[in-house]
Amino acid sequence: MPPILQVRKLVKTYTVGEVIVRALRGADMDVQAGEFVAITGPSGSGKSTLMHILGCLDRPTSGQYILDGNDVSQMSKDQLAVIRNRKIGFVFQGFNLLSRTTALDNVELPLLYNGALKLKTADRHQRAMEALTSVGLGDRYHHYPNQLSGGQQQRVAIARALVTQPTILLADEPTGNLDTRTSIEVMDIFQTLNKERGITILLITHEMDIAEYGTRVVRFRDGRIQTDSQVLDRRDAKQELAALPPPEDDPPVPAHAGATAGDVDHGGVA
Amino acid sequence: MSIFMTLRIAIKALNRNKMRTMLTMLGMIIGVGAVITMVALGKGAQSTIEEQVKAAGTNMININAGNYSIGGVRQGQGMSNTLMPEDAEAIRALPGVQYAAAGADSRGQVIAGNQNWSTRVQGTEVDLPLIRSWSIKYGSFFTQQDVNSAAKVAVLGTVVSDTLFGPDADPVGQIMRIRNQPFKVIGVMASKGQSAMGQDQDDTIFVPFTTVQKKLQGQQHINNITVSASSPETAPVAALITETLRARHKLMPGDPDDFMVRTLEEMASVRSETARTMGTLLAAIAGVSLLVGGIGIMNIMLVSVTERTREIGLRMAIGARGKDVLLQFLVEAVVLSLFGGIIGIGFGFGLAAAAEKFLQWPTTIPPNAIGMAFGFAAATGVFFGFYPARKAASLDPIEALRFE
Repeated sequence: MPPILQVRKLVKTYTVGEVIVRALRGADMDVQAGEFVAITGPSGSGKSTLMHILGCLDRPTSGQYILDGNDVSQMSKDQLAVIRNRKIGFVFQGFNLLSRTTALDNVELPLLYNGALKLKTADRHQRAMEALTSVGLGDRYHHYPNQLSGGQQQRVAIARALVTQPTILLADEPTGNLDTRTSIEVMDIFQTLNKERGITILLITHEMDIAEYGTRVVRFRDGRIQTDSQVLDRRDAKQELAALPPPEDDPPVPAHAGATAGDVDHGGVA
Repeated sequence: MSIFMTLRIAIKALNRNKMRTMLTMLGMIIGVGAVITMVALGKGAQSTIEEQVKAAGTNMININAGNYSIGGVRQGQGMSNTLMPEDAEAIRALPGVQYAAAGADSRGQVIAGNQNWSTRVQGTEVDLPLIRSWSIKYGSFFTQQDVNSAAKVAVLGTVVSDTLFGPDADPVGQIMRIRNQPFKVIGVMASKGQSAMGQDQDDTIFVPFTTVQKKLQGQQHINNITVSASSPETAPVAALITETLRARHKLMPGDPDDFMVRTLEEMASVRSETARTMGTLLAAIAGVSLLVGGIGIMNIMLVSVTERTREIGLRMAIGARGKDVLLQFLVEAVVLSLFGGIIGIGFGFGLAAAAEKFLQWPTTIPPNAIGMAFGFAAATGVFFGFYPARKAASLDPIEALRFE
């Protein structure tokens, strides 16, 4: 079976003022369907640039990128928009939910830009509900983002990424704004989606311990792949969650607020 | 994305910030309100003029004796003595002419009891009240027999009647003196007010034109002929009259007319022109307020695009194409301006009604003004919404997502 994602000699250079920044200097990578690849590296290593190209938000200066059999490296902006809509699900560090818009409406958003599906309103609601249920938020569909905790907001964002049934799920520092427990909860969702539904996941993170939830770690340095290895001792988020003490009730008592605080708004001491 | 969906998204986005939406619309409301009010006032003034023209007499055509010159010395208008009662007879027989009345004018001191007054004495014929749609308040107008016998009978305008006999008195049957000759008052005209030319039409006395000719002036000719055409299309009738008079006066081609034919339409057109100039001025003011409203919309949309940069980045990341974003913001601007326009139309109606009530300024709102205001509002939205929308559409998704 051909790889779902093929990257060949990917080069990306920017000009910032008079300085030429060589963000990617020839990266090669294959990702098979069903893999959970963590891409790590220090800042400036080129992992964000790679993520933008893999996410079809940007085009490489040279090299080839084949996603699900389509060479997307030379596509026009509008064609890329369609690819993003149909084949890629994004999860961002900052959630990027629309404020004053319910969880359900947020999840539905990508479907609105898919004219080819010709979904009726009821079908859209149904698919959005299914996606919300799959991240455990089926009962919160009418909540607004400011009524949800950070972890819940990120789950809504994951549901939004899943609703179009994309080829790959692209997560850019998805735990960057979350505390430890919530991070593990989010990783649990990723692992469940990967194991049970065989969804291919690309996770960008600079935290090594988060990278170990994946099946494979690709380490970047100076625009090149430094190491690319299978994770031998993969972490299991479900088990870790079970081992953690249960989250406190909301609102947390300040004396107990600490490493296990369950909400990004209240935790943070750890 | 369908346009219906875009519309829903736009309305949702506008709903998220109601205060700002209202303030932005205010510019549009005032702009469109101004357009409607100005048009209402302008049209109202125009219809007032039209009514005045109608009140002066329907389908009226005036023929005045022209100027004439003796040995190169030009005399004033109406001094020519070539217009004769027979000309009036001939005109009366023309097709398209309903009534015609020969007129011979005089001026002089009039006396009744211990009161006196200087006024116009208009010699005319029996059909004049019909031509000028003028009713009689007391007594009656003179008869054809009075004309034939050059009877010394007078019908007074209200100003003359009030001055000589006291307000609201009925002077019928009284004797008065015009240029020292006794006349019997047989009627008083109803009040007609100012003419379209600003003359007080009530300050006059009507007598048979033959009386003016023989008893007051001692002249053979007449000074004018007042004609009523049978349809409002007075221009062809006026042309026919000109032709007839030229033939009767044996004028050669190239000779100037020794008379003047004027239709009321012509006289009114001067004042209509003034009204139109004023209308243009008002439209310019309204246009400026629309422009200001449009700039307000552009301003807010630009702020909105900056403020929602991350939202735009996200929409692009999940598959919005440039034109989807463009359309979204354009539709938002148009929805803003159209809603503002609708409220503005209501506001304009209110203002026009207020002007009518408190300033006694007549107003008319033609239906096409509403459509026009609506169209202008939409056009303003598209015009001023396009730049911010294009700015939004041309954002780079990566930059937009990073925007703080």
